[in-house]
Amino acid sequence: MSPIIPLLILAIPLTMFLFLGIAGCKLSHKTAGVLGTLGMGTTLVLAYLTAFTYFFDPQFINEAGERIQQVLFDQTWLHLYDNLSINLGFLIDPISAMMLVVITTISFMVHLYSLGYMHGEKGFQRYYAFLSLFSFSMLGLVVATNIFQMYIFWELVGASSYLLIGFFYTKPSAVSASKKAFIVTRFADLGFLMGILVLSYYTGTFDFIRMTSDPTWVLASTGGATFMGCSVLTWALVLIFTGGMGKSAMMPLHIWLPDAMEGPTPVSALIHAATMVVAGVFLVARMFPVYMMEEAATTIVVVIGALTAFYAAIVACTQIDIKRVLAFSTISQIAFMMVSLGVASAGGGQVEHHGLGYMASMFHLFTHAMFKALLFLGAGALIHAVHSNDYTAMGGLRKYMPITHWTFLIGCLAIAGIPPFSGFFSKDEILSACYAWSPFVGVWMTMVAALTAFYMFRLYFLVFHWEEHKCEHHTPHDAPITMSLPLIFLAAVSIVAGFIPFGHFVTWNREAYDIHLDWTIAGSSILIAVLAIAFAWKMYYRKNDLPAKFRKALPNLWDWCLHRFYWDELYIFITHKIIFGLVCRPLAWFDRHIIDGTMDAFASITNRASDAIKPLQSGQVQMYVWVYVIGTLLLGAITVICLI
Amino acid sequence: MELKAIFYLIPSLIMFCCGLYGFITRKNMIAMLISLELMLNAVDMNFVIFNRFLFPGQMEGMMFTLFAIAIAAAETALAIAIIINVFRWVKNIDVRELNKMKF
Repeated sequence: MSPIIPLLILAIPLTMFLFLGIAGCKLSHKTAGVLGTLGMGTTLVLAYLTAFTYFFDPQFINEAGERIQQVLFDQTWLHLYDNLSINLGFLIDPISAMMLVVITTISFMVHLYSLGYMHGEKGFQRYYAFLSLFSFSMLGLVVATNIFQMYIFWELVGASSYLLIGFFYTKPSAVSASKKAFIVTRFADLGFLMGILVLSYYTGTFDFIRMTSDPTWVLASTGGATFMGCSVLTWALVLIFTGGMGKSAMMPLHIWLPDAMEGPTPVSALIHAATMVVAGVFLVARMFPVYMMEEAATTIVVVIGALTAFYAAIVACTQIDIKRVLAFSTISQIAFMMVSLGVASAGGGQVEHHGLGYMASMFHLFTHAMFKALLFLGAGALIHAVHSNDYTAMGGLRKYMPITHWTFLIGCLAIAGIPPFSGFFSKDEILSACYAWSPFVGVWMTMVAALTAFYMFRLYFLVFHWEEHKCEHHTPHDAPITMSLPLIFLAAVSIVAGFIPFGHFVTWNREAYDIHLDWTIAGSSILIAVLAIAFAWKMYYRKNDLPAKFRKALPNLWDWCLHRFYWDELYIFITHKIIFGLVCRPLAWFDRHIIDGTMDAFASITNRASDAIKPLQSGQVQMYVWVYVIGTLLLGAITVICLI
Repeated sequence: MELKAIFYLIPSLIMFCCGLYGFITRKNMIAMLISLELMLNAVDMNFVIFNRFLFPGQMEGMMFTLFAIAIAAAETALAIAIIINVFRWVKNIDVRELNKMKF
């Protein structure tokens, strides 16, 4: 494959960013929007072309039946020493080809949708410039040939996410949310950077293919070095995973994602649901063969993933803001993917087993991107119609917004795991992989899946059924065509995506592999999802006092969930009381009183000394003469005494 | 009785001390200037005395003295000019009052 097309895939969004960013203010809103969308459309076509060529052209399959990883171009970008240089390139393999499809599809849909959603907003051109920058960085991230290129684009993604969350920069909440997102993820990226440095110090390379094609070599190159009782490789992998935790909003670092919903809704759909937040999953998948070598690191992945999935799911059951429900749902679903990768790599060497978890994770990434973008764009249409984020301002909207209603329902069914919608297939594979690893994790994740079905249908019933909300201003109606079209397209994808034979395309060792549905697991998960939906229907279909009773019965649990288990308060407590109060304040005191005090003391000594000797300079000429004469006589006397 | 250098030097020293005393104690600037001239003349005398007693065949000391007298005349004229100007500005030539330029 010639390197022209891959180069264009990266160059078009970048050019679009520069063009719209510099010349945007000269263009009308419409021109800028259409130009951005057309640019993304071209990228979409090229990315599809690349992915289809890769998946269907036999030249990319070797004699052993494996798909090959091909580097389409790789250019030295920064040459430091003979054995240390940083390359920028374009690597195509099953997961990067899949991500190209996901990113360009969602990004194009969001560009199209934003034409309607952001209509008439101030800074429309800037918005499209930032969207292009984000698309460029995300595409650069997934096709990275080496871990340092990934890190560079990883930071670019973080920066463009910051710009987009803070797009409404006159709103203080948006500004603080963007800062929070940037600082939390940046903090996690520090771990990522340290991980990269540790890993490349021992292996002497940044290159992905070098590391993943021979993970035993990576293990051997550390030479059994240990640090604080754990092997160096474990440390490196855990540190790299920390970066992934930040971007993918895993438990201790998840606090930025719900707040990031302050950004425009299409941005939430693009960045905080479908593409950027799965970067952490993608990172672990990219390094998967290396993770397989370290049981301890993968166990951490599983534990953190499982805890996050449950936590986010239970919090989502009580949130009032519909975008926050979706945000917590995203956290929970990404945790599903993480768990799946974890159980796959900790599988104890059975190829069958690795294949299942890894493939399931990537499959879920794909389907989740589609249906979660659909749900977010649907939520955007709702917010556009009623001008509020809270479900209390909605209710009974199914009559007024039929397109939004049906597409949203499809999204809910997909995420709840009802066949034949796409979420069922991918989630079922994940559950199979979990059961194969440990029944406990399997049961745990099934429980989370039930909660998923419950909170999504709680949201659905509260928004579209429940009690009709009185709108004072106007009757809500369906969104314009530019907004409905992406909804319909994504709903169609969410219906059919489950039937893609994903195992033939994306597996950990790149060999084709057949998916088998395990009907005992599938049957039980369908049953439990249906039960959860029925429960949600009982509670929220018509206005009744069951939710209030439920709330009274478990007041503590409800409060804890509503306040997201007080994580934000915990962070504020730690930063303000402990870090600021116990560390920074004494440091500030030391600085102000000891260091500044020493300098001030020098200054005041000089001042006082000068005050003390100033009267000598009296201006009385005869006084000077006196002093001069006496001094001369004294000196003369001393000289004479010395000479004698 | 042979004339020794010390007979010349002692009057010169007395002259110098008188000048110094006048310079320190008189508050009138004109009087201070006169005292200054007195000290200068004492120094000039010393030049001549040492030339006469140490290097009898030579004239350098004499020449220096003539130079010094000429320069002292110019300097006195300058000083008088300054004193007159000071008097015009502050209506006073008492040296105790003239301390505005100390810092």
